[in-house]
Amino acid sequence: MDFPFAYSGMEMKFMSDIKLHLDQWHQDLGGRMVSFAGYSMAVQYDGVMAEHLWTREHAGLFDVSHMGQLIFSSDKDDLGAILETLLPGNIKGLALDRLRYSLLLGQDGGILDDLIVTRRSDNYYMVVNGAVKHDDMAYILDNLPDSVTLNYLDDHALLALQGPKAGTVLKRLIPETDMLYFMQAGSYEWEGMALWISRSGYTGEDGFEISVHNDDVQKLADALIAHEEVKPIGLGARDSLRLEAGLPLYGHDLNPQILPFAASLGFAVPKRRRQEGGFIGSDAVLDQFNNGAEMVRVGIKVDGRQPVREGAIIVDDTGETIGNITSGGFAPSLQYPISMGYVPTDMAAEGTALILQQRGKNIAGIVTSMPFVPNAYRRPPKAVE
Amino acid sequence: MVRYYTEDHEWIEVEDGNAIVGITDYAQGQLGDVVFVETPTAETIFAKGDDAAVVESVKAASDVYSPVSGEVIKGNDALAEDPALVNSDPEGEGWFFKMTLSDSTELDALMDEDAYKEFIADL
Repeated sequence: MDFPFAYSGMEMKFMSDIKLHLDQWHQDLGGRMVSFAGYSMAVQYDGVMAEHLWTREHAGLFDVSHMGQLIFSSDKDDLGAILETLLPGNIKGLALDRLRYSLLLGQDGGILDDLIVTRRSDNYYMVVNGAVKHDDMAYILDNLPDSVTLNYLDDHALLALQGPKAGTVLKRLIPETDMLYFMQAGSYEWEGMALWISRSGYTGEDGFEISVHNDDVQKLADALIAHEEVKPIGLGARDSLRLEAGLPLYGHDLNPQILPFAASLGFAVPKRRRQEGGFIGSDAVLDQFNNGAEMVRVGIKVDGRQPVREGAIIVDDTGETIGNITSGGFAPSLQYPISMGYVPTDMAAEGTALILQQRGKNIAGIVTSMPFVPNAYRRPPKAVE
Repeated sequence: MVRYYTEDHEWIEVEDGNAIVGITDYAQGQLGDVVFVETPTAETIFAKGDDAAVVESVKAASDVYSPVSGEVIKGNDALAEDPALVNSDPEGEGWFFKMTLSDSTELDALMDEDAYKEFIADL
């Protein structure tokens, strides 16, 4: 038999892989290291299924330090307005210490990356995908005025604490973090170390992402896993958790040939930006909005137990290819296989029957709304009327 | 009753001219949680090294190869209901299929248990 690490861009180790600051820490905890996005990273510790379910029931600690952390600052510019020339989102309207999901688009409107941007008191903080961060930075610099400074925080690690117990645990270390709601962030101090903490993540659960200096990350990681609710979680479960949460993975579900409305990410292009345009790629994006996308990203529940993964196709009843699968796997929390893929717009309605084809074998699927597993974000209470 | 091993981590146990095939404990450990197994149907003819079965873990899909040439007698139906048998008892209840041997000299090229243990120790 063969052992392909064929999902989500993971491969066996390469000598050229960059080691994360916590490399030895992962190995000491029994992490099995694989190559991902040019880094050597832990794919699993106890096993993907156990780690996935642990995160849904307790809390998991993920080292996502391969991701790019960027800071935009300027002495004189209106940074919100400048970032709106780059991003299709409502950046001007972003309140202090609030996060927003956005997209980096090419001139033709294709998605170059997806990202989170946060407005802070004296700068904007952005987290981009590890695999494309250097391309992102070059592209961003080409498209920003020289008066804007872009800093790459490569001396900082990024930890994600995710799961229903994440809030309880972090509150023990830093009581003030209890004030944060989903997509809010702030600056905190613990044991003399400076932390930038966001209530956000990539699992569909409540949780936090913590930016911390490399010199401090091991102490913080050790302090977090010292709580009985917290276990280290690898990339394998990160992938199955985000898939259940309906969240696209760049390089798989999103790529430069796909525009935002096709990717079912229209929410990242709010009404004012649809009317005004004025961002890179806006002509093509607004054209897709006005005329509709040919193909759209949907969630698919797969019949039986066999996962249908990236690379499989979707066919009509004559066998003609009409779409493709961009992510797929067995959903540990649901105990059946799920996939994401692109189908013609007239087949995107919930409940539409699909024929998936993998290695020459037809498998039935049905279009399903996402998230597959309801998310459990800690949202602010609704105002009393 | 003799058990042989391949470099691709299949085991094959031979008795009275017929064989049982599965994947090794090392292989299941590498794969992680098995969620689906597709076993071959009776009367399928395999040459040595042919794709014989598919095993899917949460992580990835892998092909299982036929260690020798022969004809499938039956697949292990229990794996359809409980694919995790491959994790819990890979070299027992988690067998994949039974087959006849068309050329028993093919077995000579396979490893015995000690040789296989040495082989995986070097991986």
